[in-house]
Amino acid sequence: MPIATYAGMAVTINDEGFFEDPGQWTEAMAPEIARAQGIDELTEPHWQVIKFMRTEFAEKGTGPTVRVLGKTSGVSVKELYQLFPKGPAKMAAKIAGIPKPRGCI
Amino acid sequence: MISHDGIVTKRIVMLGGGTGGTLSANRLRRIYPREDIEIVVVDQNDDHVYQPGLLFVPFGLAHSEEIIRSRRHQLHKDIEFRQVSIERVDLDADIVHLGDGTELGYDVLVIATGSILVEDETEGLTGPGWMEKVFTFYDVAGAAALHDALEVFDGGRLVVNVVDMPIKCPVAPLEFCFLADWFFQQVGIRERVELTYVTPLDGAFTKPVASQRLAGLLEEKGVALVTEFNTGEVDGPGGRLVSYDQREVGFDLAVVVPLHGGASYVARSPGLGDELGFVSVDEHTLQSAAKPNVFAIGDAAGIPTSKAGSVTHFEGEVLVENIRRFLADEPLDGSYDGHANCFIETGFGKALLIDFNYDTEPLPGHFPASVGLPLLKESRLNHLGKLMFQSLYWHSLLPGRDLPGVGSAMPARGKDIEGAR
Repeated sequence: MPIATYAGMAVTINDEGFFEDPGQWTEAMAPEIARAQGIDELTEPHWQVIKFMRTEFAEKGTGPTVRVLGKTSGVSVKELYQLFPKGPAKMAAKIAGIPKPRGCI
Repeated sequence: MISHDGIVTKRIVMLGGGTGGTLSANRLRRIYPREDIEIVVVDQNDDHVYQPGLLFVPFGLAHSEEIIRSRRHQLHKDIEFRQVSIERVDLDADIVHLGDGTELGYDVLVIATGSILVEDETEGLTGPGWMEKVFTFYDVAGAAALHDALEVFDGGRLVVNVVDMPIKCPVAPLEFCFLADWFFQQVGIRERVELTYVTPLDGAFTKPVASQRLAGLLEEKGVALVTEFNTGEVDGPGGRLVSYDQREVGFDLAVVVPLHGGASYVARSPGLGDELGFVSVDEHTLQSAAKPNVFAIGDAAGIPTSKAGSVTHFEGEVLVENIRRFLADEPLDGSYDGHANCFIETGFGKALLIDFNYDTEPLPGHFPASVGLPLLKESRLNHLGKLMFQSLYWHSLLPGRDLPGVGSAMPARGKDIEGAR
């Protein structure tokens, strides 16, 4: 498993860069992961989504899909793409230190 | 519940008289005498659509009236059918509130109302151009209108777009591409038609081995593949699909599979469904997380398997056994394994077959055993299987009879598990 260092701490990630253990994540790591994803600064709405992802993961064991995010996070799908241009569900999950959302089949 | 003559009977209510509701009700009727259990099926209309047939309507290979039969007539005579809309379910009181203002109490409730198309959730989809140059074949009216449009289509860019998952029969849009290639060759204009498949997935299909094979077939048939495209807007007049990340795919004719959701009453029933209106149930027992006397089957269930008739069929056996156990105060152990089995029509009288479950992705080999229909491989036999299935559907599957050689659990024999990769 690859190891990445965020905020001075070594964490285990998978080949796609998602955290293997969401317990290793701290808020201090988020800005650094975001910069690597091309997001220079995490604004208030970014944090709203990141925290929402964490809560959803804690409750349901998987991060929400974009469509569910748009319905439940308080941020519309359009805005979600403005915040996380390369795909909100995946990017936000990566920055929030949770596994890649289980897609539908 | 106590019937009018004072005898204690129980009532099972099925919401939805489609594949799942019909086959489960018929199976339940066979195991319980009518004096013991009353079975009521509720649906808002009496049109049972053989949904796999919708794929063939645009190409003139089936007509819409051939694929619709009476819901009532597919049910055992000792099952009550009520044609009425559903207002909401009161989980605490064990009551369904119906559209005509009446109430229907239940001992066991089965949600079998499938999924609905939510075209309105995609900007512009039902705006100008809808049913003129933008169509869906996912309902009867759309499939028939698309047939008329294909009859007069004389060339240009045809795109097939899945807006987002989940959708019913995830292979159907691919089949549409394959059949379109065949169709335009038949009418002699294939070289004037540019076919493109536009999907939100990162490949042609969800499961790796099948995805690779299906992408290969698209390429063979000259269908371009655009992946990770999340449609944000359909611009009919401008002939463009626009993704949320501002990519564009131009079209002269668009065949769009709209977003799906659960039936609208689910959202009006507190505790029953998830954000998309699908009913949260255990993926093995099909029992609701919210109430033990509530179950869901088929497309209505929010479980990680395909929304497909075969899934519903295989779930039916497990559902009926678990309802029996629930009513007998026995622990549930009927266990659904996520089994799905789909014919994929590839045109020119051939089809592929895929067979998979929660743990095993579609693999090559044969179904149901080493002598059988070829898996993940084009063959005439599979095409004939697909055609024959329509008759089995009405005469064996809906009445709740077992299909010879086809059980609920996925067969591992016949699958080439080692040679898949």
